[in-house]
Amino acid sequence: MSATRTSSGTAAGPLPDAQGVRISILDYGMGNLRSVEKALERVGARAEITPDAERAADADGVILPGVGAFPRAVTRVRELGQDELVRSRVAEGRPVLGICLGVQLLFDSSAENEGDAGLALMPGVVGPLEAGDHKIPHIGWSPVSWRHESGLTEGIPDETPFYFVHSFVPRPADEGDVLGTAAYGERFACAVERGALYGAQFHPEKSSAAGLRLLANFARICRGVE
Amino acid sequence: MVLKRVIPCLDVDAGRVVKGTNFVDIRDAGDPVELAERYDAEGADELVFLDITASHESRDTIVDLARRTADNVFIPFTIGGGIRTVDDAQAVLDAGADKVSVNSAALARPELLEELADVFGAQCVVIAIDAKRREPVVSSPPCDRPEWDVYTHGGRTPVEGRDAVEWAREATERGAGEVLLTSMDRDGTNDGYELELTRAVADAVTVPVIASGGAGEPRHLVDAVEQGNADAVLCASIFHYGRHTVSEAKQAMRQAGIPVRAAGSARA
Repeated sequence: MSATRTSSGTAAGPLPDAQGVRISILDYGMGNLRSVEKALERVGARAEITPDAERAADADGVILPGVGAFPRAVTRVRELGQDELVRSRVAEGRPVLGICLGVQLLFDSSAENEGDAGLALMPGVVGPLEAGDHKIPHIGWSPVSWRHESGLTEGIPDETPFYFVHSFVPRPADEGDVLGTAAYGERFACAVERGALYGAQFHPEKSSAAGLRLLANFARICRGVE
Repeated sequence: MVLKRVIPCLDVDAGRVVKGTNFVDIRDAGDPVELAERYDAEGADELVFLDITASHESRDTIVDLARRTADNVFIPFTIGGGIRTVDDAQAVLDAGADKVSVNSAALARPELLEELADVFGAQCVVIAIDAKRREPVVSSPPCDRPEWDVYTHGGRTPVEGRDAVEWAREATERGAGEVLLTSMDRDGTNDGYELELTRAVADAVTVPVIASGGAGEPRHLVDAVEQGNADAVLCASIFHYGRHTVSEAKQAMRQAGIPVRAAGSARA
């Protein structure tokens, strides 16, 4: 642990209920996962980056992260058997959180490039953000409006800004799956929840105290505390 | 809606912050990571580190800085200085930086911007421009709009035949996803941003513009957004020397009706 970790200026510290919760971050070779790992450690969880689906099978929670293009990502996830891992965990009601491209992979298909099939764990498709006059990609801090109460968003006020970097958005077919929305040209679903399956289009690991709180909440859900 | 951003900038030499600070309650004012954490807690939206290390070990120090920052600070950050190639950028981004900023290297070889955007995406590429107002030539007819030259190497060398507004346009067309625009005339003066320059560039490009150089009080940040059309404001001494905090600056912006993020939302 570095000396700076204990700095009094740190916006968010560990939550007791997140302490020691084991979370596997699935590595499929796209994007930098280090920030997710370190953010989880900051809130007290035990994070591990691994490409190994078997290794992640007995973790308390699994995070499917990702930056990049959908077609390549979904191919890699399948090659590594991570799709089956996520599928079986969700079937057992064990928590999974998709972040950015990771949440998009949970849907039926994406319009990106050739229109590949996704993991089909959440009904709906991924399409381009209809930003109107706004610039694409959508980059920056945008306020998120919560649709309903959730363990994932506990303690995070409505309209709290989160950090976004994306050009595509998931479009859930089931409105009940929408946990939060943000506006950028259009109002779109940026947080989803379906059973034990959670997703955030924004980057909690880059969203300061609010993002750390969301990750701590996920760790608490993984422990079974809500 | 995307909120307007307030971005503290830290000058780093051999891994240490070189511009002083009089924060009273931090142990090591020279540690960029500790300062970065402090600014995060105060509500900074992003951070920019400008590495001014002259030695050949520059890349190792910025990679180390990127890693230590990414491990401890959970807001986006940019690293500039000493990035000349795709490999340099790769090393810094792999270590956890969100963006790289390039200045002299892009002027020397503008294709670098295309290469960086191809590999990492435009959202990772910031073009830093140091601009200085051109002295009017006495014999020439009066000109409606002022013009600015582009300078390199910390503002010592003007670049022959480069107009700042035109360079901003070209650089963003080549693939830079953001412009970090510094007024050499205002830098260090505390007199406020050069609003004409900021506006001229903001109106000429389709990507976000970060105003830099001259911020001395919160009102200047408001002016940069309202009159300069800036998407973000970069600040150094106004924060480093403790004259104002990030939250005070944001408070002034909010009172002026500018949408900004509050500090410490959802404190865990």
